[in-house]
Amino acid sequence: MAKKRREAPAINASSMADIAFLLLIFFLVTTTIDVDKGIRVKLPPWSDDEPDPLRLKTRNVFSVLVNANNELLVRGEPMEKADLRDKAKEFIMNPQGLEDLSESPINAIISLKNDRGTEYETYLTVYNELKAAYNEIWNEQSQLKFGKEYADLDFEAQKKIRAEVPLVISEAEPTDFGEE
Amino acid sequence: MSKFSKKRGASTPEISTASLPDIIFMLLFFFMVVTVMKESTLKVQVSVPNATELEKLERKSLVHHIYIGKPTAQYQQQYGTAPRMQLNDQFAVIDDIPLFLEQEKLKVNEKERDFLTTSLRVDKEATMGIVSDVKTKLRKSNQLKINYSARLRTGDL
Repeated sequence: MAKKRREAPAINASSMADIAFLLLIFFLVTTTIDVDKGIRVKLPPWSDDEPDPLRLKTRNVFSVLVNANNELLVRGEPMEKADLRDKAKEFIMNPQGLEDLSESPINAIISLKNDRGTEYETYLTVYNELKAAYNEIWNEQSQLKFGKEYADLDFEAQKKIRAEVPLVISEAEPTDFGEE
Repeated sequence: MSKFSKKRGASTPEISTASLPDIIFMLLFFFMVVTVMKESTLKVQVSVPNATELEKLERKSLVHHIYIGKPTAQYQQQYGTAPRMQLNDQFAVIDDIPLFLEQEKLKVNEKERDFLTTSLRVDKEATMGIVSDVKTKLRKSNQLKINYSARLRTGDL
């Protein structure tokens, strides 16, 4: 009797694809697109002493107040968030040498005061605009002096520009007028 | 008669699916490499605001997160709807921050402790009351490097 030649049966590989799909879908679902960018801030060190009553000239202080209704009061006048960046730049650099704007970028101080009821989104937008004002000034300065963007400069050059136009945003304790 | 005869019953050859898993495995490995596992489940709802002056967080190992927002639906009965803070996996109060910072400091070696950054993931509707308290506590604990998480804003104000 002739032995039947047994062919090794071919393994059906189609179900391996199913297993792989399952694992793939698992990873697709668990991948989170993490938000890992943000505005970097260096907080001032804490001191228990009261800040000494600021002996600063009013012309050197750019006060920004935000109330619980997310409205801005800049140097006593209401202002829209969209205008904040340009006004802040004008204050810091004072290109026309006006009497009521800062004496020089080194003396310019931006003071920011919120209410406990201010929305975080408004606070961050305001802070973003102020930081953007400084970033734009630094870019303009770096173009003038070095012909390059601020971000393309090396660390020492960036320090020099920051020494001429220091970022001084002083944040005060929030007021407690609005609803938290 | 002839040596050459047509094969009988020739059907179109089946498409071999043996290589399909290989393709899938390649995609799978790609996703496995790209996936960043969330370090903690969010018990608060956080939708970060938009901003333009964003910087990337370098050195993720030196970053710890503080989440502030409304508790998620399943926790609202217990914890209410006012914004709360979450540290790692638990709800926490302001006074838990120094201990949390100490634990984070222990995870890195001495030389890198100065580079620790606190990433504040705060919901856009949270109020500044709790955020200011957190910032004051961070200052008192000498944790001065912070990062306000935000997404990129594309339009104008």
